Amino acid sequence: MSGAVVNELRAARRRLAIDSIGIWVLAIVIGTIFGFTAREGDLSLVETAAFSAILFAGASQFAAVGLLAVAAPWASIVLLVWLLNARHFLYAASIAPHAAALPRRVRAGLAFLLTDEAFALTSAHVARLGRIDLSGAWYAGFAIFLPWNLATLAGWLAGAALPDPATIGLDVVFPASMAGLAVGLVRDRAALVALAAGSAAAIGAALFVDASAAVMIGGLLGPLVGLVVANRSRGAR
Amino acid sequence: MIDPLRTDLVPLAILGGIGTYAARALPLLAPGADRLPAPVLAYLRLIGPAVLGAIAAANVFVADASLRVGPEAVAVVVGALIGRWRDNLLVGMAASVIAVLLLRATIAA
Repeated sequence: MSGAVVNELRAARRRLAIDSIGIWVLAIVIGTIFGFTAREGDLSLVETAAFSAILFAGASQFAAVGLLAVAAPWASIVLLVWLLNARHFLYAASIAPHAAALPRRVRAGLAFLLTDEAFALTSAHVARLGRIDLSGAWYAGFAIFLPWNLATLAGWLAGAALPDPATIGLDVVFPASMAGLAVGLVRDRAALVALAAGSAAAIGAALFVDASAAVMIGGLLGPLVGLVVANRSRGAR
Repeated sequence: MIDPLRTDLVPLAILGGIGTYAARALPLLAPGADRLPAPVLAYLRLIGPAVLGAIAAANVFVADASLRVGPEAVAVVVGALIGRWRDNLLVGMAASVIAVLLLRATIAA
């Protein structure tokens, strides 16, 4: 590798590390709340840990615990979890062209860690480098997996001794990190339109269709509108 | 008293995990992901900003199935813009936290 390439890689990894600090905070705060919520929902320590380590998808974990609390049948819980996490298909599809040259076992391992936050960090890192950096991709995954699982255990064990995140403003950390990473990915007009259209479609879907489908609908429609607008402006020139 | 070692719900976590992993793994493990047509690649490139924006927007602009522009929405938008301006996600997130605390205090006063 030439000096310039090494320097570019170092700079991108430094940015990844800095960006991940906020994600660590997010994982610790929300993971702790999940541990506490699961205990309140009568889940054992082992069951709670299994949800975070095996399912490993924050929103659907909360939804599952909520449904267990109202004695919903397992089939409906599993179906809701799958529907909520269907958006991860889009994440994987977005990263797949960059990861195609990686060994199959590595791709299978990276897939397990592909949460909202890992995708956000990885796609920003890929956008900076123009290619995938395997160490960076592993780091992005474990930057969520480790704090999330440790915080889940801490939340279950610490219980009611924890403060309400809203009292110290930490309830906005998750949407703020997603919005910040989305804005950071805007490199051209098409991406800006995709961001705006995806956001608007998600709001519309949450209001008029179903909240659980909002991200999927926004994620599918946003890029489509972005491409149409980009092609039109290219045609007008 | 909950038995901390009870395992009754572990199979449920596994069942949920199977579908979740399938959604994450299928596109990554399918052959030919690097030989997609240019329009498909252009579409996939735009998924990042669209999905992440959708997550943030659905989170702060909708509450109890109605549109809401509260302190959280304002704080997240302000934080995202500051983060972009300073080219630093952490600064943007910190700005969002400070903004939401200030807005809530102002509303409460």
